[in-house]
This record gives sequence, structure tokens and C-alpha cells, in this order.
Amino acid sequence: MKYGLTFAALVAATAATADPLTIYAPDYFASEWGPGPAIKAAFEAECDCEIEYVTGDLLPRILLEGERTKADVAIGFNSDVTKKARETGLFAPHGLDLSPLTLPLEWTDDTFLPFNWSYTAFIYDNTKIKNPPASFHELVNSDEDWSIAIQDPRTSISGLALVLWGKEVFGDDAEAAWAKLAPKVTTVTKGWSEAYGLFTDGEVDMVLSYTTSPAYHIIAEEDNTKSAALFDEGHYFMVELAAKLKGTDQPELADEFMAFILSPTFQNIIPTANWSYPAALPRDQWPEAFSELNYPEKAIFLNEDEADALRDEAIAEWRTAFSQ
Amino acid sequence: MAHRVFAIRLWPGLIAAALVAALSLGTLGVVALRAESFSTLSKFDWMAVRFTVVQALISAGLSVVLAIPVARGLARRDFYGRRLLITLLGAPFILPTIVAILGLTAVFGKTGFVSIALNWAGLGPISIYGFHGVILAHVFFNLPLATRLLLQGWGAIPSERFRLAASLNFAPRDIFRHIEGPMLKEIVPGAFAVIFLICTTSFAVALTFGGGPKATTVELAIYEAFRYDFNLGKASLLALIQVVICAVAAFVSLKFRVPQVGGAGLDRPVQRFDVHMLSARGLDLFWIVMVSLFLLLPLLAIVLRGAHGLFDLPSSVWSAALRSLVTALGSAALAIILSLSLSLSALRWRWLEGVGMTAIAASPLVMGTGLYIVLFAVADPADWALFITGLVNAVMSLPFILRAIGPALAATERNYGRLSDSLGLTGWTRVRLVLWPRLRGPVGFSAGLAAALSMGDLGVIALFARPDSATLPLQIYRLMGSYRMDQAMGAALLLLGLSLALFYIFDLWGRRRA
Repeated sequence: MKYGLTFAALVAATAATADPLTIYAPDYFASEWGPGPAIKAAFEAECDCEIEYVTGDLLPRILLEGERTKADVAIGFNSDVTKKARETGLFAPHGLDLSPLTLPLEWTDDTFLPFNWSYTAFIYDNTKIKNPPASFHELVNSDEDWSIAIQDPRTSISGLALVLWGKEVFGDDAEAAWAKLAPKVTTVTKGWSEAYGLFTDGEVDMVLSYTTSPAYHIIAEEDNTKSAALFDEGHYFMVELAAKLKGTDQPELADEFMAFILSPTFQNIIPTANWSYPAALPRDQWPEAFSELNYPEKAIFLNEDEADALRDEAIAEWRTAFSQ
Repeated sequence: MAHRVFAIRLWPGLIAAALVAALSLGTLGVVALRAESFSTLSKFDWMAVRFTVVQALISAGLSVVLAIPVARGLARRDFYGRRLLITLLGAPFILPTIVAILGLTAVFGKTGFVSIALNWAGLGPISIYGFHGVILAHVFFNLPLATRLLLQGWGAIPSERFRLAASLNFAPRDIFRHIEGPMLKEIVPGAFAVIFLICTTSFAVALTFGGGPKATTVELAIYEAFRYDFNLGKASLLALIQVVICAVAAFVSLKFRVPQVGGAGLDRPVQRFDVHMLSARGLDLFWIVMVSLFLLLPLLAIVLRGAHGLFDLPSSVWSAALRSLVTALGSAALAIILSLSLSLSALRWRWLEGVGMTAIAASPLVMGTGLYIVLFAVADPADWALFITGLVNAVMSLPFILRAIGPALAATERNYGRLSDSLGLTGWTRVRLVLWPRLRGPVGFSAGLAAALSMGDLGVIALFARPDSATLPLQIYRLMGSYRMDQAMGAALLLLGLSLALFYIFDLWGRRRA
């Protein structure tokens, strides 16, 4: 009997360690400078289980693996690409009450759960630029010789957001607007890092990034020289999402983690670990620097179907204008 | 042809060729098989093909043409620090792209050294962004490789020929026509081809310095098809086009290659009697100084930019560095085994070397994806991340290595093969006494190159890695991705130092007189 108990305890112990909750995440998320490690520690303290992150290109990887994926939860989708993810049929409804969400717009998706968000914006050095553009139209039409670095919409999610943002603001005149902006754009980079590096090195005056970027400089570097230029037309709303896999072999634990995403514990980690806005935390509970950041009045958002329908046309217009 | 020594040893080359073909073309096949449909290519895709070919032709042409006077200067001069300079000049070729981008902008950018100097001179700043920027960046990357390959060609000219030339009162022009020219005819086509191939698979560099979507390469189109549309059919179709471009380039270059005829020497040290003229000195000095400035200033910028970040690197960066080192050494060993097998067998079957060259045509992204599909069917791909990184990099560095080892091996066989046969030298004895002393230099250089390239590669690991098994380049990207630019530049400096040290050690070993 005693042996039986010991054996049972052993089996239970090995089961707990042998089968962790496998979470697929983008590389930045699980790295030690991302929010992943703190979230892992906080969740493991509550659940008596183990989280294992698997990093890489999130969506391509899940599409490659299909039904046989080991993922229990996938975190880090962008709303502009969830259509493709949803069509795979690999994801299960989260079944959660969405009332804790504090997004600037209504969110009713029953599968993809927001965990953080931000607005795309042009970040500039406020010691060099005293009269930043107050609207997208002003940026495009201005005679100032600003130099800007942006990301390519074909290789970068923030680059895609810019193109969709422009399409929403300028509509049928988008191509003409890009053609006017093109001379001010010093270069287009493959990813966010290259462009932001050019900005911090002083190679360009402005960079396409997020309204939350200055918070990093304020909090981590005590540097107040970086600001986001706020536009009257509104800013493109970028949200990151998590979803539970239908084929998970740990449905309860996956559900538990999905619920944990909306908890204050998780949400409080987001601002200073991810440098973005938390999805389920009232503004008065954000870190001070975040509350002080200038905050857009209006969100521009395309749901996944709209984004998908517009994408090819918007990229082609951008590309034609920028290839002149 | 009584080269009995290799008559029985074709199987290592065949195995190596099969492995390379499986990785370059096999992975492409695997990705194509997974595709659901094959869409046709748009006008944008054809624009990308055109841009890719045109910029690669110009970049490769310029790299090789500029390398000729530089390599000649380095070959016929002896000055203090020459060896170190030769090693340093190899550095740009092994830089990770993101580091090179920041290094180049620090020199040629709007706020770079050159623009500052021009401002002093009362001239406006230059712009690096545009078609010329793509060429500039590619020459920066590939001029070092071209220089090294040509330098080896110069190093292989027997000293007796220069003595003969001196006794015949040859002017420098005659020496060029009768001695250096024929050597260049053998080496240049291969060097041109390999650099052309490298430039065709460029992507992030071409985009950044091209300034916009005009500078779209086929590799970028592959990335887009894969990442956004998950259109494997289109990705493999584009990858196939890339292979065709590369195959044509390789074929043409081999057609143009003129093997040298001429006697062998007795391995005496080279003495040049024609280099003391003032004009020749001035010319060499000019080229060496110009190229050193062009290649070393960006490196200096990286050192300056990374110096203060170097002392505040988290421990994970150091463990990633160790992981990268081990992978790099394994990759170098594998690359040497593969390339020696291929080169030896290629003495009999020329086409085997062509198979080795196909590796560069393969898109790293397609290769990684294909391997992922295959591995996922049998194992957890993440467990194999470092092994795959080493393997892919070994295969990816084969084209450069074959350019370094192949000609040396062929020349040795041509010059000493019959003598060795008549002396009954076969098997290992022949390798030890005849081949190895002449191969040691290229092998050392190649091992250093393969190790350094593997150090700096990010390509495949991005699809496979676990959070805790990152390589150094991946850590640099992670640091940048989380705003930590100073630490990232510190880590980049560490990477630069380690890659150079690896390269230098191997290279030095190769150049020690056996």
C-alpha cells in the first residue's frame, strides 16, 4: 500500500514535469527581454504546472504542423492575419467573459483573445523637431525635409499596419499620398529593429513604430526626448491575440492559462515588459509614464476580413508609388 | 589518365554531393510537395527577378575588378601588419546583416563619417540609399572574398616564373600578360560566379540600402510568399527561378574558365624583382589604403558603437556565444570534409563540383522550411536546432570553399600528378607528401570562413529555436527587438571579435609552412 502510494506519487510527479503546457510564441515574447519569463513564473506559481515556450514564426509554424502540432496555446497573433489562422480550424473557442477588456473598441471574438495592444505612430526626436505633423495629411503634404524610416509591409507586421492605416485615411487617393510621402522616406527596412536602429543612431528624423515606444525610453533610459506624433485622423489599432488549440492534450490547463491572460497579474506585466498597452487593465492603473504619454483620440481598426480584403490592393498601391 | 590514387575513391564525393543535393534541391521539392496550388507570377515578381540579376551582375563585376589591383598589391608587398590586415579585410564578409547595415550607415549614412567630412569641405551630404547603395553594400560584403580568392591565385604562382621573368627583363606589363593574366583567367570566372550567387540571395541589405520596394529581390518575394500568404507553391516556384538563375551563372562561369598551362615550381619563397619601381609602389599603396578605408571604417564604427555596451552584457549573451562557437566549429569540420570529398572526386567527375555550387542557390528560408517539414514528421525540430544550423551553414559555405580548394587541388594534380604516378605514390602517402602541403593554405582559410559564416548566421535558427537555445546573432536581434540597442551593439561587437578570432586562428594555421 505504502509502495503503491509512493508509486502513484511518482507517476503524478513525472506526469506534472513530463507534460508541460506548450505555448507557441513569437521570438520576442519568450526572450528574456520580453514578457514571457515573468508570465511563466507568475502562472507556474498559481497552477502547479510547467510552461514551455516554443518560439519561431508563429503562424507559418502552426500551418506547417497542422493537426499534429504540439502547441496547447498560441500567443502573439496579430489581428491582420487571424483570418488565415481561423480558417485552419485548429483553434477552439476560449469561452471567457470578455467584460474585463479595456480596449478602445468593442471586442467580441470568441476564439482569439487580446492580451496587449498599441497604436502605430511616427516617433520623432522632440529636441530636433519642434513642429511635428499633427495629421497624416500634414505629414504627406508638408514641405519640411523630414527623413523617415518605415518597414516593408511585405515582411513586417507594422509595415502592413502602416499601409492599411494609409488606405483607411486616404481611401482612393492612397497611391497619390504614398507618392507624395516617398521622397521623405529615406529607407524601407525588412523589420522593425533595423528601422528603429537607424532612428536611434540619428540616421533618420522619424521612424514608424508605436505610441508606446517613448515609454521605454522614459522608464528604462530616463530619456524624454522621444515622442509620438499624434494625428487627427486617428491611429491604427494593433492588437495581439492568444488562442487555445483544438487538439490540445491539456484542455483544462490551456483554459486556465487563457483565463489567466485577463487577470491583473498578467496584465500588470505587459506595460513595462512588452512596452505596449495592457488589454484588460483600466487606464488609471497603468504605470505613470504610460498615463503621461500623449494618447490618440481615435482608433482606426480593420477587422480580419476587411484587412484581408484590402491587403493586396493596399500593398500594390504602396509599392507602385514607392517604385517611381 | 592514370590517376590511380583516386580511381577507387569516388564514393566520398558522391555521398557529399548527394547530401548537398538533398539539402538544396531536396528541401525545395519537399516544400513544393506541401504546396496546395501553384499560382502564376505577377509583374512584380518578374521585376524582382530582373532587379536581382542586374544588381548581382554589377555587384559581382565591381567586386572582382576592384579585387584585382588590391590582391596584386597585397601579394607583392611585404609590410608590417600585412597578415593582420589581410585577416581584417576578410571581416565584412562574415558580418551578420543587421550589424553590417548599422556599420555602413555609420560611415556612408546621412550622419556618417563621409557626410561629416564632406560638410567640412563645404559639400552636401551624400545619400547611400538607392540602387548605388545596394551595389556599395554588396561590394563591401564581397570585395573581401574576391580579394582573398585572387590572393590565393597569386600565392600559387611558382616563384621560378618570376625569376624567369626577371632574367628575361620583363616589364610589369609583360609579367601581367604572361604570368598574372593566365592565373586570373582561371580564378576570376569562379570568383565572379560565386559572388554573383551571393548577391542573388541577398535580401535585407538590398532592401535597406535600396531605399524601397524598387530593390525587391527574389529572396524577399520568397519570404513574402511564405510569411504572409503561406503560399508554399509560390515560394517554391520563386526558389526554383532562383536556382535556375544560379545554375546559368555557374555554367557560364565554368565555360569561361581557362585552366593554366605551365610548369610547376619547387616551392621556393617568391621573390619579385619588378616591384621596386616607384609607379608600382604608388599604385599598390593607393589601392591598399583605399580599400582598407572602405572596409575597415565601418568595422571601426561597429567597435566604437559597441564598446560601452560590451561591458554590460547579460550572461545569456555569453552562453549564446559559447553555443555559437561550438556550432561554428562543428560546421567548419563538416564543411571541410564535404568539400575535400567533392574536390577530390571532382578531379575525375567535373560535374560534382557543380553540385556543390548549387547550395548557394538554395534559399535559406526554403531550406529551413523543407528541413522543418521533414524533421517534424520524425522528431521535435527544436531539439535539432543547433545541429541543423551547423549542417546548413556547412553546405552553404561549400561554394566559397570549393572555389578556394578546387583550383589548388586541380593545379597540384596537373603539375605533379604524372610525376607522382611514375613514382608510385598512391593513397595517403600521396595526400601527405604532394597534396596536403599545397592544400593546407586553402583548407585553413576555408575552415576559418565556414566557422565565421556559421557564427554570424541567423537564417535557419529563427524557425527552430527554443528560448533557451539561442545563438549569438539571434540574441542580437532579440536585444534590438526589445529596444536595447546599446546592448545589441555590444553583443554585435562580441560577435565580430569572435568571428574574426576564429577566422584568424584557422587562417594562420593554414599559412604556417608545413
